[in-house]
Amino acid sequence: MTTRLQNAFNELRETGCKGVVPFITAGDPDLETTYELLVGLARGGATAIELGVPFSDPAADGPVIQRACERALAHGVNLKDVIEVADCAVQATGVPIVLFSYLNPLLRYGLEKLAQDAGRAGLAGVLVTDLPAEAAQGFSRVLHRRDLDLVSLVAPTSTEQRIAQIAQNATGFLYAISVTGVTGTRHQLSADAGALLKRIRRVTDLPVAVGFGISNTMQAREAWAQGADAVIVGSALVRKIEEFGAQAPVEVERFVRELLASQAVEA
Amino acid sequence: MKDGAVLESLLSASGEGYFGHFGGRFVAETLVEPLEELTAAFDQARDDESFQRELSELLAEYSGRPTPLYYAERLTEYAGGARILLKREDLGHTGSHKINNALGQVLLARRMGKQRIIAETGAGQHGVATATVCARFGLECVVYMGAEDMKRQALNVFRMRLLGAEVRGVEAGSKTLKDAINEAMRDWVTNVRETYYLLGSALGPHPYPTMVREFQRVIGDESRQQVLAREGRLPDAVVACVGGGSNAIGAFTAFVPDKNVRLIGVEAGGRGESLGDHAARFRGGVPGVLQGTYSYVLQDEDGQIAATHSVSAGLDYASVGPEHAHLRDLGRAEYVSATDAEALEAFDLLSRREGIIPALESSHAVSYGVKLARELGKGGLMIVNLSGRGDKDVNTVASLREGGKQ
Repeated sequence: MTTRLQNAFNELRETGCKGVVPFITAGDPDLETTYELLVGLARGGATAIELGVPFSDPAADGPVIQRACERALAHGVNLKDVIEVADCAVQATGVPIVLFSYLNPLLRYGLEKLAQDAGRAGLAGVLVTDLPAEAAQGFSRVLHRRDLDLVSLVAPTSTEQRIAQIAQNATGFLYAISVTGVTGTRHQLSADAGALLKRIRRVTDLPVAVGFGISNTMQAREAWAQGADAVIVGSALVRKIEEFGAQAPVEVERFVRELLASQAVEA
Repeated sequence: MKDGAVLESLLSASGEGYFGHFGGRFVAETLVEPLEELTAAFDQARDDESFQRELSELLAEYSGRPTPLYYAERLTEYAGGARILLKREDLGHTGSHKINNALGQVLLARRMGKQRIIAETGAGQHGVATATVCARFGLECVVYMGAEDMKRQALNVFRMRLLGAEVRGVEAGSKTLKDAINEAMRDWVTNVRETYYLLGSALGPHPYPTMVREFQRVIGDESRQQVLAREGRLPDAVVACVGGGSNAIGAFTAFVPDKNVRLIGVEAGGRGESLGDHAARFRGGVPGVLQGTYSYVLQDEDGQIAATHSVSAGLDYASVGPEHAHLRDLGRAEYVSATDAEALEAFDLLSRREGIIPALESSHAVSYGVKLARELGKGGLMIVNLSGRGDKDVNTVASLREGGKQ
């Protein structure tokens, strides 16, 4: 059977459209707003949503998402809360949600319990920033049993051999890290992004979403043109949440809608 | 699959870089290949005679090795039990054992053609050692240091700048060693192609715990020869303080096969028993992943990393090198702790009785050494690794006294 993520990306391809995968940190600024944000992002047309589990030591993230983690942790948001809020949003909208986490909070929760609870909540998958592909296979099998995908990352520094290996074991979609660095907005799509997309396309037909640094329509259109099925937008959205607080759900909905609409301009 | 089994599959996926269950390489995909390259370069260097020769020469002529193994007669007399030998890493160039690893890794960086070196530092000893070797080899050097640590180790900040390094303060989190490592990792992942990350302790992702141990094992290798030559016997115990654990693993390694030699690591007991008041990972920690390695980690029930406290910046860290976790679970090494107050007392004691001002980190080892000397009794023999000298700490100690906190 196909997973929720496969369905979402198949639908994109069948309609000849490109997608947007927004990232937000759960509990920033609070769980109620997170629910509203998820609903807003789904309404705006998100292909899937990455929901960040706040962590005290987000070493792969830039300052914007670090601050979001601090805000969420200041009122004690934990993995159980994150799964609950995702559950509600899935029920309300049907949007595929991927839990985006560092490894330690998941280890503490219990990996099998996580698969169980995330499966029961109707989540689409899990992505673990600091779990390299070679260590992930057992966890991946446990997730698959619950119809959850373990989303894999590829980076500009990944060798051809690694990309092929990762692609072979990956399900759902591949997350292509567009640039060596941490998360955060950048003005231009890096030259690495196009090169990486080409290398990925050589070895797999899996859907690819490009992330790290994408914040505007110009970059999104460039990434789509280079063969990405979707773009991942994180820090740019989290910044809006920081700026607009409780008003952010309307803002992020509009932002996603405008990004998606920009693909029609060219066509 | 039971949860234990999933975890098992995660930890046994690649045999390389593990110490029993502990260690591994839990990093973002961007760093996997650079760590592979580093591992390959290190393995090659390790087997290369010319590399080893160059390192030995630098250790001897630049850093002043071998460091003495000194019989602390008046400290022994005070303790009234086993004889205490001090391994004088405080006498090495830059005033701590950190120079051993910095020299090894800077040679490796040169072999790999990297022009820019970054490092993290807690007490500033590793930062000073890194700034020193970068000055020696004409390399660009950036050191990340928690803002809180910059305050309490101001002398070392000045030394690093004097040596031409750029010191970048880290305002995130608890503003200590852990946060400095996060920031160094962010720099590395961004500038990975031209930058060498010179990690200072036996922690982090593979190959760092192994590599740092190999560059520090000279401490124990020398001690073992020296004690045999001097005493005609092995010691009953080797005692060292444990932050990340590089001086301890360096002091222990040569003695691991000597089953009758007790290996004792001393963690920071801080100011109390509650989570957040100490850095005793083996007492309050749970296995988990922090900064690329699976080891004991002080954390809350949600898996968030706990704040830590120690009077010594170098021991103020929420996790511990994975090989220590392994030695502990094997029962080969024991881990105890000394409080802030005990360390400060030992700081005074060694200064007054031996004319040696120890680093606050090393003072933890001295403190436990005195207790152990009584336990072992006369006829016993132990080595305490004096990992660094205490010049950097005199301001801290003076202000604690003025504050009446002592």
